[in-house]
Amino acid sequence: MDREENLKKWHVSRRRFLQMAGALGATAMAGVALPSALRDGSGVSVAGEDQLGPGEAAAQRRLRKWMMIIDLRACDGCQSQDSPPKCSEACIAGHFVPEPMQWIEVYEHELSSEAELRPDEQPDLPINGTRFMPTPCMQCQNPPCVNVCPVGATWSTPEGPVLIDQDRCIGCRMCMAACPYERRFFTWGEPPIPPESLFVERSPEHQVPLKKGVVAKCDFCPEMARSGRLPFCAQACPQNAIYYGDLEEDIATNGDQVVKVSDFLAENSAFRHKDELGTRPRVYYVPGHGELAGRKPTDHGLQEVSWDYQSIRKGSKSWKRSGT
Amino acid sequence: MEALGHVSASEARLQERVEAPLLGTSRAFWIWVAVLLVAIAWGGVAYFLQARDGLYVTGMRDRIMWGLYIALFVFFIGASMAGTFVSALLRLTRATWRAPIIRGAEIMTVAALITASLFVLFDIGRPDRLHHFLLYGRWESPLIWDVYGLATYMAGSMLYLYLAMIPDLAFVSDRLGDGFGTIKRGYYRLLSIAWADSDEQRATLHRAIVVMTIAMVPVAVMMHTVTSWIFGMTLREPWNSAMFGIFFVAGAIYSGIGLIVILMAVMRRAYRLEEFITDRHFLYLGYMLAAFAVIMVFFNVSEFVTLGYKLSADATFNLNQMVSGDLAPVFWTYVWAGLALPILVILIPYTRNLKGILVAAIAANVGMFLERYFIVVGGLRVPLNPYEPATYTPSWVEWSLMAGGVAIFLLLVTVLLKLLPVVALWEMHEEAFASGPATSPGGYADPSETFAGVADPGIVAGARS
Repeated sequence: MDREENLKKWHVSRRRFLQMAGALGATAMAGVALPSALRDGSGVSVAGEDQLGPGEAAAQRRLRKWMMIIDLRACDGCQSQDSPPKCSEACIAGHFVPEPMQWIEVYEHELSSEAELRPDEQPDLPINGTRFMPTPCMQCQNPPCVNVCPVGATWSTPEGPVLIDQDRCIGCRMCMAACPYERRFFTWGEPPIPPESLFVERSPEHQVPLKKGVVAKCDFCPEMARSGRLPFCAQACPQNAIYYGDLEEDIATNGDQVVKVSDFLAENSAFRHKDELGTRPRVYYVPGHGELAGRKPTDHGLQEVSWDYQSIRKGSKSWKRSGT
Repeated sequence: MEALGHVSASEARLQERVEAPLLGTSRAFWIWVAVLLVAIAWGGVAYFLQARDGLYVTGMRDRIMWGLYIALFVFFIGASMAGTFVSALLRLTRATWRAPIIRGAEIMTVAALITASLFVLFDIGRPDRLHHFLLYGRWESPLIWDVYGLATYMAGSMLYLYLAMIPDLAFVSDRLGDGFGTIKRGYYRLLSIAWADSDEQRATLHRAIVVMTIAMVPVAVMMHTVTSWIFGMTLREPWNSAMFGIFFVAGAIYSGIGLIVILMAVMRRAYRLEEFITDRHFLYLGYMLAAFAVIMVFFNVSEFVTLGYKLSADATFNLNQMVSGDLAPVFWTYVWAGLALPILVILIPYTRNLKGILVAAIAANVGMFLERYFIVVGGLRVPLNPYEPATYTPSWVEWSLMAGGVAIFLLLVTVLLKLLPVVALWEMHEEAFASGPATSPGGYADPSETFAGVADPGIVAGARS
């Protein structure tokens, strides 16, 4: 009967089975080794390796630990300037940030927490003051976004900033779900950025121009600091509320004064945003409500930021924030 | 024919019914497939637009950056629980009544997993970089746990489906003869990898199935837990729950059982299997459905009580938006139609019949889809900064891709059910048609409990001697 023969033909002895299993195992090992081999051969640089040339050189001399202090006593949301927040606008102009994104965004926080009141409930206070809080990426030292990235497209540099490799990002937006500060943005379409931005050499430290379908955020401008300039936001602040500095050297400046970071933070009761989450931000806040700029806590309202470019790249899309 | 030994008239009828779709194709089948293909083509147009313009064409934006696609991904991962886990559960508990239904359920698992991975593809901004998962995958990321979990689960489910099908493939290729065509026969012969129904092969197959059955249970639990961790590993209040893993597992079993009921009802009609898929099957699955609805109620209550008692700011916002805010219609439909209705329908003797249980199963799945939706969208909607809460409405592109994705799922199920033997004939032979506890432990000891065909004396004689 042909079935019996068939069976004999297919019969596998124990030795043969072990041989086959060995071969299979070897193939599986090759499968594990393959990705790294491909990676080495593909010409795609390992994240941060060549971009961090200057940082690496610095590591041999002295490792900078970039940080920021935002003095909320001086921030009046640019009410006195009769202008939208200048930090946001300068960042947008300097990085050609696409339309709805504000890598540094000024939020108006209520001084007492009355946000969760039901419509029939009365607030405890007759008046409720606010303060303005410019919010860049916090450059967390325990960054939730870096932890969840499936492809290592975002990482913590030795100097502190959390950077993004736009050539590796797959656009899953897991990091945006993980970020407790909502400081990450997605290019939902071809970014509406001007053609002149195409001349800029893109690096993770200077994400210009942006690509479609990837995540972008404040990069903390370490390349500007290294060449002795303050970030766009700090340069633009008319109240000099934004200090940029180096924790390693314990020094920071707003372009007007130089302060010793540890003393300045301790003497002014500085805090970190949502510090209870354990993200260990590199951005510190000095509490206040713009009193140094003459603002009263009840002076409400911010002007809307605009995205003024001289021209817009052809074929690009502009999108709005949902529901706001 | 000797593959299954002597068979009764009832078993012969079953064999005929199972072979019928392999031999001929009805007009209704082609109409159904055409409808599905139109839906898939429509989804294809939508996907082309999305690939060209980016996720710009969806309703998602920075604040609510996941929406319908991710909700559907979670739903289909849950739907996959139908086959492998439920069938493994029934195999392990030696519930002999499982035999006519598990093949269809296992096929559905494979289809659901393929569909779930499609929705990941729809969602990511750079589908052209999908290979980065392999090149740069980081073990620290919950998403990578999901990618590798899904691959393991899919491979396991396919193997599990295939192993239990080998004897049937051999049987079909032997029996269908010339009317079937040489090429087609060749495929089935190839797939049956020289199955000759020898005692040695039988023993090996049984061992292999037992190993796979035991292995698949933790794999399935892992899959649903890991899916919940995509959400649970973030710093967002509504997702910040250690209960999320078990909650997702229970939800998956719940919607999985519902999908088996729906599938059984369709198969019963389409393949005229009324004699074999009986009221009793619907009743048993109905009881399981109701039990898991109660478990879901328990999980929801424990979550709501622990959060609602303390009323921290973000939890308050989340509860408000579900109970009386933007997501209230979705939430209350889930509670009443998705949980209360199935329990009531199965509890009340008057509605505890095939139709009632089918309605309960459909309601359970609509409910579970809505639950996935409000978990994803509601979780992201809780504002992390002071601004007016964002809104999210899926765009027509998202609805179209949903239609296309569901159509792909249905087409996969349809085609697989058409090309493969829809009922595990050999398991039916060994367990359902075999008589007495001697040959099938946990089998139908009480003759009144068995299939309609048991009255046929041929079955008793047909027990392997």
